[in-house]
Amino acid sequence: MSARGKHFLGVGLEIAVPIALLVIWGVLSAGSKTYYFPPLTDIFTAFKDNWLFERVSSDVVPSLTRMFAGFGIAIVVGISAGLLFGLSRRARIAADPILEFLRAIPPPALLPFAILVFGVGNGMKIFIIALVCLWPILLNTIDGVNSVDPTLRETAYMYGIPWRDRIWGVMLPAASPQIFAGIRTSLSLALILMVISEMVASTNGIGYFVLQSQRTFAIPEMWSGIFLLGILGYVFNAGFGLIEKRVLRWHRGARASALG
Amino acid sequence: MAASARPRLPDWLLPWLSVLGVLVLFDVLPRIGVLPEAHFPPISKTLGTLFDQLSVSEFWNAVGDTVQGWALGLLVAAALAIPLGILIGSSGLLYRSVRGVIEFLRPIPSVALIPLAILIYGSGIKSVVFLAAFAAFWQLIVQVLYGVQDVDPVATDTARSFGLSRPQRLLRVTLPSSVPYIATGLRLASAVSLILTVTAELVIGSSGLGKEISQARSGGDVQLMYALIIATGVLGLVLNLVFVQAERRVLRWHPSQRRAAT
Amino acid sequence: MLRVEHLGKTYGEGDDAVEAIGDVDIEVAEKEFVCIVGPSGCGKTTLLKCMGGLLPPSSGQVHLRDQRIEGPPERMALVFQEYSRSLFPWLTVRQNVAFPLRRKKLDKSKAKELVENAVKSVDLTRFLDRYPWELSGGMQQRVAIARALAYEPDIMLMDEPFASVDAQTRADLEDLVLEISREYGVTVVFVTHDIDEAVYLSDRIVVLTPSPTTVQEVLEVELPQPRDQVETKEQQEFAQLRAHVWRSIKRKQEEKKPEAAAAGAAG
Repeated sequence: MSARGKHFLGVGLEIAVPIALLVIWGVLSAGSKTYYFPPLTDIFTAFKDNWLFERVSSDVVPSLTRMFAGFGIAIVVGISAGLLFGLSRRARIAADPILEFLRAIPPPALLPFAILVFGVGNGMKIFIIALVCLWPILLNTIDGVNSVDPTLRETAYMYGIPWRDRIWGVMLPAASPQIFAGIRTSLSLALILMVISEMVASTNGIGYFVLQSQRTFAIPEMWSGIFLLGILGYVFNAGFGLIEKRVLRWHRGARASALG
Repeated sequence: MAASARPRLPDWLLPWLSVLGVLVLFDVLPRIGVLPEAHFPPISKTLGTLFDQLSVSEFWNAVGDTVQGWALGLLVAAALAIPLGILIGSSGLLYRSVRGVIEFLRPIPSVALIPLAILIYGSGIKSVVFLAAFAAFWQLIVQVLYGVQDVDPVATDTARSFGLSRPQRLLRVTLPSSVPYIATGLRLASAVSLILTVTAELVIGSSGLGKEISQARSGGDVQLMYALIIATGVLGLVLNLVFVQAERRVLRWHPSQRRAAT
Repeated sequence: MLRVEHLGKTYGEGDDAVEAIGDVDIEVAEKEFVCIVGPSGCGKTTLLKCMGGLLPPSSGQVHLRDQRIEGPPERMALVFQEYSRSLFPWLTVRQNVAFPLRRKKLDKSKAKELVENAVKSVDLTRFLDRYPWELSGGMQQRVAIARALAYEPDIMLMDEPFASVDAQTRADLEDLVLEISREYGVTVVFVTHDIDEAVYLSDRIVVLTPSPTTVQEVLEVELPQPRDQVETKEQQEFAQLRAHVWRSIKRKQEEKKPEAAAAGAAG
């Protein structure tokens, strides 16, 4: 087979296989009497009834608002603090054991702490999402700033670039590949913590809905919520991938030319 | 850039000083009322509680349960992801067929499956292992696939020219050269497995540190809650160190490994 | 215009101390083209960084027009050897060349003019809006030179700028630097380990000893201007100077460190 043919076959398979699996699921579950696995058509119906667009304003919007508020705070704080630690070697050495320890705590273990201090409202959820998302961004920023090529630093210093431009024009762009890697990790953490925090203490939100559906034995509804979370995870990931691809275009180009 | 002339603290002292500083700060601030003591007990009291816990059998049972959930989750994930990853990764056609599926399933937050786990497995260890294994599986298989894709084609061709059969090539060439990636994958998967174990304990109420933390809070025993959070952190730290060390050992002979984002 | 007095640089302290530069005196006149040559690892780059105010000297001082250098002076530009690492990969050629002008707070049209003229001088106008990594190594180094020119320096320090380009490109770049240094009336201090290059470019050559570095000798180069890759290199004086510098470096190297010299010759 030609390379071109192979390529098309590959792309075709990539699209066809997931669809085929979904169809198989649909066929196998049709008329299913198994309690946990309702017919796929029932799940679709529940999905349409709940998420198009009945519960968008009551559950989806509050969920995503909390998620992106926490995520946004983590980005701003993580990058700023990361710059600070990244630029000062001694601050980095001093902070290292504390950062390592805080990072090692499994995020959900901090949830009771957040509830204790902030109660069960939005503040708690935003706090816990921000706190957990902070570490990957912070540590990656430190790493990125720290490993900026010394020649670039010296070039900026030699030409007397004002410190503000040195931060915005040199340090941040040079560290951006690592910063983006950290943000990518945090994005999936944000979604996870959003769900957990809503499962543990909430009266609305997607996580609350999913767990509540299970408790009230509304199984197709539960599945529809799982589907929605899956779709959201996929969409956020893909959307972030597009942004990253655009912003870091120079990085891929530079690396490709360095390897070539 | 100018060298400073005044005497400075030596570098090795800095981490100790900062740890000491944080401890003192969180001991003094609650005592003088800057932080509310009801929410932030002085750290010396918390550490005292933690020390007392070390001789309490329930504490060790909880640690044991959490470690069990973590280990079984990781084990199941590894038993599935490593062979599957190698199999899928070494066949171009198979890889293309499932890539779309993996890309679609991977970003699904595994915590979304908590209700399903409760439905099927109840609130015991089975649920914990299911969730931990599910989450760890994706971390691991992605790394295994990277590793298999990264095998030097020259090595494969050489093996082929020596007449090694396909299974032999998998065993002799593909597996060894993807070992560093598998090591990285195991480290990431270990962290995720622990996170999901604690989550399950917290949300579902399976026995373990997560459940104890949650109960300490609802019972109003704030010192115990902090002590257990610290204990969980130490557990996370220890597990991470073990895997970082193991990874370093494996990486020593493999320079091509890229830094993995954690 | 540039005066280096009793410059010394020691890295580390106590028992770990390594003396990179012993005691160096150099004077560079206005609009002069001075090459600094020496054996590999003789602290040329360290010396240049001290001159540029990037490294504080351990002893002695550097003056630029009677002003002591304590940080990078405004009228000075530096071109690094590692062009691929000193250009900002996220900026286009135009943005790279314009970047240092931020210090000068020029108005937009003036800055644009400086950038475009500088890029024109190195003959890269067609590539203004390309990224550095889309260009060849020699072109990238020309961007770095354009960036230095746009900065309107009175003095330009160049640290083995052509060490990592191929021979033909190198010859072209040498001529380019000679031409623009005259055109812009800029003083050049050029570090190289290539003796041919030093003789071809210089008004004066400073030969350094192995580390801890001192000045071994200073040679006037009285080859006619403008230089030409073929004609200049055909002249007997060129060959003599070349041989002289060569022997000077070799002799000193063998006196100081026989084993290092052997290793250097093998490498």
